[in-house]
Amino acid sequence: MQCNWWCIHRSPLGREHGLYIRGGIRRGEICGPVGQPKKSMTTVPAIQQQAGKFELSGPHNGTLTITLRGDWTARKSTDQNLVDAVDYLVCETKDPHLTLDRITFRGEALTVWDGRVLVAVAAVLRLARKLNLVTDLQSLPEGIRGLLVMSEAVPPRGERRPAPTPSSMLLLIGQSTLQITRALGESNHFLGQSLLTLWRFMWGRARFLRSDIAVFIQETGPQALPIVGIINVLLGVILGFMGAVQLQQFGAGIYVADLVALGQTREIAPMMTAIVMAGRTGAAYAAQLGTMQVNEEIDALKTFGFSPMEFLVLPRMLALALMFPLLVLYADALGIFGGYLVGVGVLDLSTTEYIQQTRQAIDLSDIALGVVKGSIFGIMVAVTGCMHGIQSGRSASAVGNAATNAVVSGIIAIIVMTAIFAVLTNLLRI
Amino acid sequence: MATISKSTITVDHLEMAYGDFVIQRDLNFIVQAGEVFIIMGDSGSGKSTLLRHLIGLQRPNHGRILYGDTSFWDLNAEERRHFARRFGVLYQNGALWSSMTLAQNVALPLTEYTDYSQAEVADLVSFKLALVGLSGFEDYLPAEISGGMRKRAGLARAMALDPDILFFDEPSAGLDPISSKRLDDLILELRDSLGTTIVVVTHELASIFAIADNAVFVDAEARTQTALGDPRKLRDQPPSAKVGEFLARSSGHQTTTGINS
Repeated sequence: MQCNWWCIHRSPLGREHGLYIRGGIRRGEICGPVGQPKKSMTTVPAIQQQAGKFELSGPHNGTLTITLRGDWTARKSTDQNLVDAVDYLVCETKDPHLTLDRITFRGEALTVWDGRVLVAVAAVLRLARKLNLVTDLQSLPEGIRGLLVMSEAVPPRGERRPAPTPSSMLLLIGQSTLQITRALGESNHFLGQSLLTLWRFMWGRARFLRSDIAVFIQETGPQALPIVGIINVLLGVILGFMGAVQLQQFGAGIYVADLVALGQTREIAPMMTAIVMAGRTGAAYAAQLGTMQVNEEIDALKTFGFSPMEFLVLPRMLALALMFPLLVLYADALGIFGGYLVGVGVLDLSTTEYIQQTRQAIDLSDIALGVVKGSIFGIMVAVTGCMHGIQSGRSASAVGNAATNAVVSGIIAIIVMTAIFAVLTNLLRI
Repeated sequence: MATISKSTITVDHLEMAYGDFVIQRDLNFIVQAGEVFIIMGDSGSGKSTLLRHLIGLQRPNHGRILYGDTSFWDLNAEERRHFARRFGVLYQNGALWSSMTLAQNVALPLTEYTDYSQAEVADLVSFKLALVGLSGFEDYLPAEISGGMRKRAGLARAMALDPDILFFDEPSAGLDPISSKRLDDLILELRDSLGTTIVVVTHELASIFAIADNAVFVDAEARTQTALGDPRKLRDQPPSAKVGEFLARSSGHQTTTGINS
């Protein structure tokens, strides 16, 4: 699309009449004639274009006539600078010799028009109102007049939406501190509610659908086996390789079995299973509850006197708490199997040797530690997932954020908890 | 139950706010037992928010809501939840529990709160669904039926426990004229036969004039109620220009510009 001011600039007609337009300036910033004695203008020449055109004539006896011709549609390149031209003329009428008190539109020659002409006319009308000019739209097509009336029927909202306050470093720090404090408070509140709900459940006073638990167990248990399995076999292989490379140098390759068995049962299996489940199930819970929030389903539960904590959070929490220990045992076995593959394949150990070494390396307390950690992680994954879901806002992006936050905070919580366990088990010599 | 069904709803100097932003203040009205009361107002005036206050989902900034002599928001959470079982609420989009079939949706409050046998519950559920014209849809999931049907199923669920007070949030929005008329008839039938108090948030004029005994108009700009009474009388003698325009479906302030055609 070409810039119309260039047209004026280059138009011989324009130069003849002393129009001078600065290139590259904002539209509407039109300067008067420069370098010539200022003379009152009576006619601005038609600005010719292929498609829509306008023509300003006057002011005659205080009336400026704007004639619109041709196709004024979005598809054709139409002269958009009607307002600028009028603005320029009005600027010009500060000349005391010229008076302007009326703008008349002539639209007989308009062939096709759409929103583009409306925007242009409306802008001229706004300008005219600002300057207390009378406007006459009688000869514009009825459709244009009708739509213009509609567009002004409801006065614009007085107060604009407040512009976002400029952010300074200090402000940002303050805001995020407050936000974090509030989020921590809410998490604590939710955690407390979850514990109370578990307490009520233990005394048989919680009200929820037993059949829900079966569904969630199916989703978090059997259906999670493939991904948990693949990840843990590969982790066992990786652990085995890392150990093999180092230990072979001392001729102590057999201790790969110890490394894999201990590492897997005590640390890796519970932690990695929890991380996989945070991404898989925590996100799913957040999205489920977030969508229920959007759909007012949680409100509906509340108005029926059902507690969302008991109805929605409890079965999910129970399902994960029940399934996690089993998943951890499964992950232990597959991780050790991964180590065994390395031991037999790379280090040429015999199956009996490897199994014997593994049995000596770990005892029940190592496995039990992993399983206990797993149960706690399971509840944590369920609580963070449900919390972000229930606290979700009522929009599509809010549900997305809820799922993201559930995964992020779930993983952080798991890692922090793993570290705490590492210190505690060391202190207590477990 | 009997003592409560005679109780009125008194809204006393209610102020509603989101954070620091006050939506409505100084709301005062009484809903008589067994009447159809309309909460009307222009968009953004806080009609639905007022409903959320009445049913216990949002705490008032100031003021009280009394059911009979009980100040609803002075109860503790447990008591309030217990109290809310006397309410039935129809949400704007039905708010059916999406993992359950229609029958399970309607049955859940019955199985949790009553001693009916399974067979009795099933009969009641079928009857309630038939009342809203959804006979035969018992085993459908909410996602498998149309928006209007979801809404009607939501109504069947709201009526499950034969509540003393039914709240409707925009009941006729998204319904075709025939279903909308049927819904109006059902509302009047519930009032007349069971003596249910019915509070409706709506701006559907046809519906307002068909069912209202009494109404309050909440104004988005004035941020308080600007009219209270029978909407037919309010239409004939509007207390303010805006209420008149609203009820006569006219737009008073047209052509404020010189664009007169």
